[in-house]
Amino acid sequence: MIKGTVKIDAKICKGCELCIVACPQNALALSPNFNDKGYRYVELIYDACTGCVNCALVCPEAAITVYRQAKSSKKSQLKSE
Amino acid sequence: MNEKLLLDDGTELEQVFCRPDTLTDVPYHYCPGCGHSVVHNVLMEVVDELDIQDKTIGVAPVGCSVFAYHYMNIDMQEAAHGRACAVATGIKRVLPDKLVFTYQGDGDLAAIGTAETIHTVNRGENILIVFINNGIYGMTGGQMAPTTLPGMVTSTSPYGRDIHMSGYPLKITELAAQLPGAYYVTRQSVHNPNAVRKLKKAVTKAFEYQMQNKGTCFIEVVSNCPSGWKMTPVETIKYLEEVMFPYYPLGDVKVPKE
Repeated sequence: MIKGTVKIDAKICKGCELCIVACPQNALALSPNFNDKGYRYVELIYDACTGCVNCALVCPEAAITVYRQAKSSKKSQLKSE
Repeated sequence: MNEKLLLDDGTELEQVFCRPDTLTDVPYHYCPGCGHSVVHNVLMEVVDELDIQDKTIGVAPVGCSVFAYHYMNIDMQEAAHGRACAVATGIKRVLPDKLVFTYQGDGDLAAIGTAETIHTVNRGENILIVFINNGIYGMTGGQMAPTTLPGMVTSTSPYGRDIHMSGYPLKITELAAQLPGAYYVTRQSVHNPNAVRKLKKAVTKAFEYQMQNKGTCFIEVVSNCPSGWKMTPVETIKYLEEVMFPYYPLGDVKVPKE
């Protein structure tokens, strides 16, 4: 499985939950905490992210940065195993 | 975009998506879950990818997206209510080598600006018109717009839109497609990741056609308005799929014959 992760800018997240619906891994959830503007922000709750970019595409605030394992590094990892 | 991230177990990750560079750092004023901001992001991503930041000129409307020029780091001009197409015509005629687009809502483009829009498309002005259709006046408090669906409850149609009183919803995209000046007319949406990808392709195509001086490109984006519709953002997606899309079917309405 390709590994990925997301970084969510909690300062500008408005907690609209559109990314939670869009995530195929169900890895995102609303935080119990609030940000400066009084919104509950979204956070990555467990390490299942594949870096599919779906959440970042639907994010109205452009608050999500997506990282994904490079295909070349995956191959070299398999070889070393 | 080439930033790398090293995980604890030694896996190296590379950045595959980030906030478009052409967006300013100003946080959006839109309500949570609003489709406007997604369209802003897509437009600026395309501007980034085509590397046309220095020769793109946008025209902002009156409506929720009146502050579009705060967020888009390109040259922008504010137009009087409904007149964005007329202003864009002027800009394009004076500076024909620039890429000009208008960004308008349904109250702006389909109500007060119908005449300007229809005639701009009819003249085949070489601009891109981005039309956000959410079937309501969002900025002023959820009044009925020409694109409001029959039976839809708004603050000025509390018993639902009555077609005997207010007529039928205006399908301005189909109207525009009838005119010979229109080159590429399409209806897209931003309700899920795939729709956003399709919209991005459509915007890219429209800018490329404009570079080739083909004629007016018209992109309607069926969007949501959580505050105006009095729903949560997730409920608006369901409403879009069940109620809006049957009346406003997605897809290309007029494609160039090649």
